[in-house]
Amino acid sequence: MSRYAMVIDTRLCVGCMDCVVACKTENRVPEGYNRDWITEELRGVYPDVRLEIRSERCNHCDRPPCVSCCPTGASHVHRGGVVLVTHDQCIGCKACIAACPYDARFVHPDGYVDKCTFCIHRVEKGLKPACVSVCPTHCMHFGDLDDPQSDVSKLLASRPHHALIPESGARPHVFYLT
Amino acid sequence: MLELTTTRHNPEIDPGMHIWGWEIPVYLFLGGLVAGLMIISGVRLLLMRPTERHPMICCTVGPLLGLALLSLGMLALFLDLSHKMFVWRLYTTFQITSPMSWGSWILLLVYPALGANALAHLPEAIPALAKRFPVLVTISDFILGRPRLVLGIGLANMLVGIGLGIYTGILLGALTARPLWGSSLLGPLFLFSGLSTAAALLHGILLVALPKGERPAFADFLLGTLAKWSQGRAPDPSAGPVLAKADNSFLTIELGIIGLFLIGHLGSTETHRRAVDLLLHGPYAAVFWVGVIGIGIVTPLTLQFLEMRNRIRHTLVPSVFVLIGGLTLRFILVYAGQDSHWIQASLP
Repeated sequence: MSRYAMVIDTRLCVGCMDCVVACKTENRVPEGYNRDWITEELRGVYPDVRLEIRSERCNHCDRPPCVSCCPTGASHVHRGGVVLVTHDQCIGCKACIAACPYDARFVHPDGYVDKCTFCIHRVEKGLKPACVSVCPTHCMHFGDLDDPQSDVSKLLASRPHHALIPESGARPHVFYLT
Repeated sequence: MLELTTTRHNPEIDPGMHIWGWEIPVYLFLGGLVAGLMIISGVRLLLMRPTERHPMICCTVGPLLGLALLSLGMLALFLDLSHKMFVWRLYTTFQITSPMSWGSWILLLVYPALGANALAHLPEAIPALAKRFPVLVTISDFILGRPRLVLGIGLANMLVGIGLGIYTGILLGALTARPLWGSSLLGPLFLFSGLSTAAALLHGILLVALPKGERPAFADFLLGTLAKWSQGRAPDPSAGPVLAKADNSFLTIELGIIGLFLIGHLGSTETHRRAVDLLLHGPYAAVFWVGVIGIGIVTPLTLQFLEMRNRIRHTLVPSVFVLIGGLTLRFILVYAGQDSHWIQASLP
């Protein structure tokens, strides 16, 4: 049983947005919408300030609140813990959008709710997600948390890291190395 | 200092979430109102003596109004869906963890329960219809002639009504990513708000239906044809004080629950404190204090208290204010809730 996760090295990410462009191209994300995006977080008081640049997306949580609130089962957990939306099962009630602590979902112009899929169509063919495959600084890593030899497991075991809003209880699967 | 800059600009999500417009607050308001009508008419049905043939307005107008208002509410809910052609998917599955799934199945139970309730007193509610279709009188006699059936219909209306009323609150309460909604008190709050609006609506209709001369001023002007149609149809004017008293009890409980809801958030995390600040002294404060607390609860509570003590005449004002307050409560909670979000307070 695999549990996919993404690890992003914030010391290498420069916020070039190649990941965003790759995602939009690979998944034909409509103009004006984003499945992934760049966030810059500035903390502290000058001169003691710290800037963290992150590539963010759906966190494919272990306890996804978007799945538990879906009235039709359109939002579901796929193999590897990837959270997906079955388009022709989605009624567009938007409860999942309200339930997501990361605001990672949106209503596609065709009416159904859309979000990052970890490029599962590529992963199942043995490829990396589009965003990971194009990163020019190689700051993005994708793999199986249940495999101790995977890149993601080794990085999380050896480097300090954090996830976003862990207090929401959703147990996110996108980690940021610091 | 914490400054977040994002390149995300998804419609209805950024810069602030606004996925639900007027449709959901209207649906929640009408759902609560129908729940209240079901509970009140269910209780009245249970208390009715077997020989009683002069029922209160709760049993005649209540269920019929409930059927109409629920249909309106479901229309509002349907209008909100962004993938409307797939709405039938709601009824191909039951998702035990989804309040919306529970709600969609509960709504299916509401129609037969309200329908049976309406049929029991339809000849009294719409005599012209009963005259045209005598079978309605036969059905009514059949139901009212069987005390166990009346008991069953009354209980069904009460239980389904309670389920529907609580569901409208739990629907929001389960979406804990919006900290303002992160409270199980929303269930009882919407239930009692629904009960108070239902009592106010029935009280208002009762006043309008009084014979000319006894009716409050402006009733004809405000309600036009409806007032003329209902003139003299009030089955039992003595229901007025009972409904006003019940309404005051519901409003008092509602006020108490709002207090507990605020205290719960203020005593919780920074995220929850900031969320409730939206209501207490943020952009929604004026509407909350004036619209929900002032107009919706305190003023009608005071006026109805004076009415019950015979200090002032029964008027339509408290009923209209309670209905405005109930609708405002739904709007403000849905809108402010969407504005509330988790703050990144624990990053290293």
